[in-house]
Amino acid sequence: MYLRNALCAATALTVLGTTGAIAETITIATVNNGDMIRMQGLTDDFTAKTGHKVEWVTLEENVLRQRVTTDITTKGGQFDILTIGMYETPIWGANGWLIPLDDLSESYDVGDILPAMAGGLSYDGTLYAAPFYGESSMIMYRTDLMEKAGMEMPEAPSWEFIRKAAAAMTDRDNDVNGICLRGKAGWGEGGAFITAMSNSFGARWFDMDWNAQFDTKPWADTLNFFVGMMNESGPSGYATNGFNENLSLFQQGKCGMWIDATVAASFVTNPKDSTVADSVGFALAPDNGLGKRSNWLWAWALAIPAGTAKEAAAKQFIEWATSKDYIELVAEKEGWANVPPGARTSLYENPNYQAVPFAKMTLESILTADPNKPTVEPVPYVGVQFAAIPEFAGIATEVSQEFSAVYAGQQTVEEALAKAQAITNDAMEAAGYR
Amino acid sequence: MSRAVTTRRKTINTVLAWGIGILIFFPILWTILTSFKTEAQAINDPPLFLFFDWTLENYAVVQERSDYMRFLWNSVIIAGGSTLIGVIIAIPAAWSMAFVPSKRTKDILLWMLSTKMLPAVGVLYPIYLIFIELGLLDTRTGLVVVIMLINLPIIVWMLYTYFKEIPGEILEAARMDGASLREEIIYVLTPMAVPGIASTILLNFILAWNEAFWTLNLTAAQAAPLTAFIASYSSPEGLFYAKLSAASTMAIAPILILGWFSQKQLVRGLTFGAVK
Repeated sequence: MYLRNALCAATALTVLGTTGAIAETITIATVNNGDMIRMQGLTDDFTAKTGHKVEWVTLEENVLRQRVTTDITTKGGQFDILTIGMYETPIWGANGWLIPLDDLSESYDVGDILPAMAGGLSYDGTLYAAPFYGESSMIMYRTDLMEKAGMEMPEAPSWEFIRKAAAAMTDRDNDVNGICLRGKAGWGEGGAFITAMSNSFGARWFDMDWNAQFDTKPWADTLNFFVGMMNESGPSGYATNGFNENLSLFQQGKCGMWIDATVAASFVTNPKDSTVADSVGFALAPDNGLGKRSNWLWAWALAIPAGTAKEAAAKQFIEWATSKDYIELVAEKEGWANVPPGARTSLYENPNYQAVPFAKMTLESILTADPNKPTVEPVPYVGVQFAAIPEFAGIATEVSQEFSAVYAGQQTVEEALAKAQAITNDAMEAAGYR
Repeated sequence: MSRAVTTRRKTINTVLAWGIGILIFFPILWTILTSFKTEAQAINDPPLFLFFDWTLENYAVVQERSDYMRFLWNSVIIAGGSTLIGVIIAIPAAWSMAFVPSKRTKDILLWMLSTKMLPAVGVLYPIYLIFIELGLLDTRTGLVVVIMLINLPIIVWMLYTYFKEIPGEILEAARMDGASLREEIIYVLTPMAVPGIASTILLNFILAWNEAFWTLNLTAAQAAPLTAFIASYSSPEGLFYAKLSAASTMAIAPILILGWFSQKQLVRGLTFGAVK
């Protein structure tokens, strides 16, 4: 009798154990960028280690946002892992749409995640998404043109210096623009740039009572400075230039300076695509001496939607994809310049990575951006180039359209700011903030 | 004199037709050309037209990264299935409206067309929830049904227009010879309307093939067709035009070939009855 019970128990345990170890197929929704595509190519390593297979759904950023939002709000359960950013994570975490990542293994070393990244991907102190790679923004400039202009780029320049340098580097006859910046409408395009820039001018989106602040002097100073500098030294048609358009101009040697995502450093220094790869220098994003620089903070992170039936396998994947071992794997296969940056402290302590030309400046840029205190004056929101509230994406898209109309010469700065003030206050009132 | 005028007019018409044709085809031509450039060449200013180092690298990258055949097969099933089912439903519907019209026929036709005026995004959530309930998310069956319903008004309208051109007396004669309703539709009406039915099938197949809203929103990894394949090559950070062009060329190639070989039928069907 005892033997039979023991056999039954052993069989049951074996069945349970086998079930627990059953290989799953997890579906991951992601964006198309170099680091994500590289990860797709290395997925065999994860499958070899865990037995789990991975199905990828790669979509354009805005399509992905819409697709994933539909699925998560209806509990469609189409995805086991989502690639989301710093804007969505705290909002979705607060809504209970994401599974907290508070039980990751000890070997994963959560404490190694850069504090700025962990802070931006948490809600109420709980991590809801693990950063796959992080970025800030910084100045990328042509060392040869700077030298020709008889100037020297400081490590932490002011906006006044940048404006002077841009004017000195501009050579319209040879199709060289002193500076290329985003002017394209969209909260994640030109909207992100001008918001980060406005922080350094002492502007903010809202006061502590959620009143719009576009009728203040710092916003007028920001826009007037931007428009003045771009008219003097920017490319024609900059009102429609976003990241990719400026990348293209810079790589073809048509920009003296470009202030944009740190992730662009690996593109502009890649001799395969860039004609100026051997003459690019880096500096911190400019400031105005008010204690805030104009760099942003962003991370693409992996999160697990609440309701997935494959939570355990999804967590295993996240631990694999955002681990120190994964960074080593990429370095071994593709070189240190191609590892996903901006997520882990240990990467910047690694002598191999310190030898990469833009590593130091990337880390310093990330460390100087504080999503919890993004502005000179206090604000009620979290986020450097955005305010982490659900209404922001819609409002900021409309506001950035008004700003782009200024860049295109269709209205004045004053008109755009008045419209931005009205749009924002109306939307915040309708949403019940005011 | 009049002969000279006719020749001149013909020449002008020919040049004009070719000019318009090239203008319409140019975006496709540019996409195909870009697919053979490097990413750096694709963004070159001034743009490079024919004189660049042609490369197949983008096609190799796309083949390596994506399971093209799976996307293609899904497109064939979704476009083919939705068109076929749509035509089977629409033939009897168009027959009744063309040959046995009631006082409300015109209203029904207009009402059917009015469903096309609703922006698709307006019904995304209801359809999504229904799909969750029925377990149809990321299935080809679900997409066949949705796309068939979307295109059904157009199919009915097109067939109705063709059927109206067929004299009712012929069907009446068939009935007098003892043909049942089913036989009348299958053996008399359908063969007479073959050019119209063929062009309806072709046009709706193309519409279903190109449909991008529902195919992107209701699929994930299993049922995604070529529209999702193209969407996966657009990038917010990083150059992608050459690879996107290669993916687009691969996605439109089957329908381009189909359109090329069936252009006579398509034109004949679309102009059916136009000279009457």
